[in-house]
Amino acid sequence: MNAPASPRLMSDKRAEEIIGILLRTGVTVAAVVVFAAAIPYLMQHGSAKPDYHIFRGEPNQLRHISGILKASMALDPAAIIQLGLLILIATPVARVAFSVIAFAEERDWMYVIVTLIVLALLLYSLSATNL
Amino acid sequence: MNIFELTGLIFLGSLIAGFLGSLTGLGGGVVVVPLLTLAFGVDIRYAIGASLVSVIATSSGAAAAYVREGFSNIRVGMFLEIATTIGAIAGAVVAAYLKLSWIAITFGLVLLYSAYESVRSRTDLRGPSQPDRIASLLRLDGTFPTSQGIQSYHVTNVPAGFGLMFTAGVLSGVLGIGSGAVKVLAMDRAMKLPFKVSTTTSNFMIGVTAAASAGVYLNRGYIDPGLAMPVMLGVLGGSLTGARLLAGAKVKVLRIVFSTVVALLGLEMIFNGFVGKFVQ
Repeated sequence: MNAPASPRLMSDKRAEEIIGILLRTGVTVAAVVVFAAAIPYLMQHGSAKPDYHIFRGEPNQLRHISGILKASMALDPAAIIQLGLLILIATPVARVAFSVIAFAEERDWMYVIVTLIVLALLLYSLSATNL
Repeated sequence: MNIFELTGLIFLGSLIAGFLGSLTGLGGGVVVVPLLTLAFGVDIRYAIGASLVSVIATSSGAAAAYVREGFSNIRVGMFLEIATTIGAIAGAVVAAYLKLSWIAITFGLVLLYSAYESVRSRTDLRGPSQPDRIASLLRLDGTFPTSQGIQSYHVTNVPAGFGLMFTAGVLSGVLGIGSGAVKVLAMDRAMKLPFKVSTTTSNFMIGVTAAASAGVYLNRGYIDPGLAMPVMLGVLGGSLTGARLLAGAKVKVLRIVFSTVVALLGLEMIFNGFVGKFVQ
């Protein structure tokens, strides 16, 4: 790099590298969990007739974080797939949370607030059950 | 056909969708919903839920590769994410009250627009030479690496970009797609970012936008594990393979072919929306 390296640029670069690792790890873990649960899921449901053309909505335990965790503990394959998807949804959320720390380290308070707003919106959408 | 066979077919279809989507830059998400609804007869709500999940997977996978290159502008991305996440939550909430046929028709129109946007030749519009007041206040101006060294740029039209981003978020929440085409429109043409910067920043934002709607869809029971599983694994596998092949691949012809397919799917969604195929 031949550009004058300002401290802010370097710090941005380090933050970007950590974000890259964070995103890759989240996606990999999610894919492994979903794949691992796919095998028992298909053994359990594979021979049944699909009815995806009729919309019923998922049972309550597959809709909320607490229900998904509880059913995953009981080794229900559908719940473990849902757990993998939850890890996937949490990955960008974790990225935003990390950005809060990165901006705080740079003492960029305006962007700490901007990022906290985004984080709050994400957490709200994940936890609000009456939307 | 039983669930095992259907899962295999959906996996294959998603693999191809992800592969072509990443090679052509259109994203795999845009064809997942037409594929599931038109080819496999899946209810459009389940299809949108599964598509959202695959959008998060590909966006995060691709962003991990992009962030290192130093093109994306994190401040622009984060500031505009306020607009996209509010839009995405609003869109996901509104989607529950929309007629399914309207969703299908809107989807078709967005497919047509995305196809047009991807074949249109993109040239860098000359950015403003003077800093913009709002952009400076928000410290949105940035730099990016070029062959001639680090180049700086100014950002302009922040309110217009913010408004377009809200629209992109709403579409993402209603349709379960990344809305990459609208995001690039906002940053490229309204805010005058260099297109390498707008493309990578958009990719960076898509996962966050989709996560905001995915939360609402999950809580509402629209995300079916049996369906989301082959879609997510297929699209992710296909797009990672496509990204690996992208270096040095001649994609111009492929992009025209895939855009044509996307446009035809768009027309079919609109047609089926009008004749009432999406009614329950």
